Amino acid sequence: MRRGFVDPVLGSQRVFRRVLEAMAHPGRIVTLDALIDTPPSLAPASAAVCLTLLDFETPVWLDDAARSSEAVEWLRFHCGAPLIDQPEAARFALMLAPATMPELDAFDAGTDAMPDRSATLILQVDELGAGAGPRLAGPGIADTTQLDVRGGPPRFWDLVRDNATRFPRGVDLLLASGRRLAALPRTVRVTEG
Amino acid sequence: MVTEALRRRWMSVLALATPDEIDAVWRELGDPPAYARVRGPEVGLVMVRARAGGTGLRFNIGETTVTRCAVQLAGGALGQAWVRGRDPRHAERAAVLDAMLQHAGRRAELEATVIEPLARARQARRDAATERAAATRVEFFTMVRGED
Repeated sequence: MRRGFVDPVLGSQRVFRRVLEAMAHPGRIVTLDALIDTPPSLAPASAAVCLTLLDFETPVWLDDAARSSEAVEWLRFHCGAPLIDQPEAARFALMLAPATMPELDAFDAGTDAMPDRSATLILQVDELGAGAGPRLAGPGIADTTQLDVRGGPPRFWDLVRDNATRFPRGVDLLLASGRRLAALPRTVRVTEG
Repeated sequence: MVTEALRRRWMSVLALATPDEIDAVWRELGDPPAYARVRGPEVGLVMVRARAGGTGLRFNIGETTVTRCAVQLAGGALGQAWVRGRDPRHAERAAVLDAMLQHAGRRAELEATVIEPLARARQARRDAATERAAATRVEFFTMVRGED
């Protein structure tokens, strides 16, 4: 069994701060520098987000790629989060193979009265790049910004656009690649590309 | 094959032993095996719940400190311990013993030299406490009154 954060308290605090920064500035790429010992199938960024945000109160749904890897035991041990089979009941979902992930409306989008009761999806993608890709705007983005995502689901930016139309309902996306992380909450507007 | 009931029993015996008793069996053990800490030992709080009268509704009786530890032996077994109190050494040693007991090779020997003596010591402590309490027992009864 691999250890998780080398320093559990400081590690999760540092990562939490970075996730907050990414969520507050959609499209901005942040680097998670906490030392972490992860199973090979999990990128350090997705693993660090799981250790920081998941616990016994957050039912989590894993895609087939995550379920069939060493990651399951590791997540179960370190997060203690209940693993569930129905995506619609999950507070968090982890996708190691976003190319084959379910539609976004398979997950809980909250209600108009309680939009915060929605799912947060963690997508492990191949690559995140700044300065290329579609132009993004919305709260937390000063003017516009660009984010390039490789290895996401097909028609990825259409999914993000559709997700924004459900506001205030919707899901929030966290994209992880290597040690890098970017967030696309439901407030983000894809203006071109 | 380690059944859940077997493991549950020895984990319980290890957790309920006193730190001094764990120290004593640890010294008897000789060289401990090579192991790596996977988590902890770390101290936290758990809520203890009870049932009124043992059968009634569940209620929170209060919080207690718990020390937990997980270790992995070079051979692969993952040992865990959750021990009431704040003694990291107790938790770590209990976790190592849990991992060692999962290997069939030494289980019988460890059951005889570690688990059984600890279980007997605990039983003796319980019996002594019961005896002390029984000596102060008060019997209540109602005098029979005459006919109303």
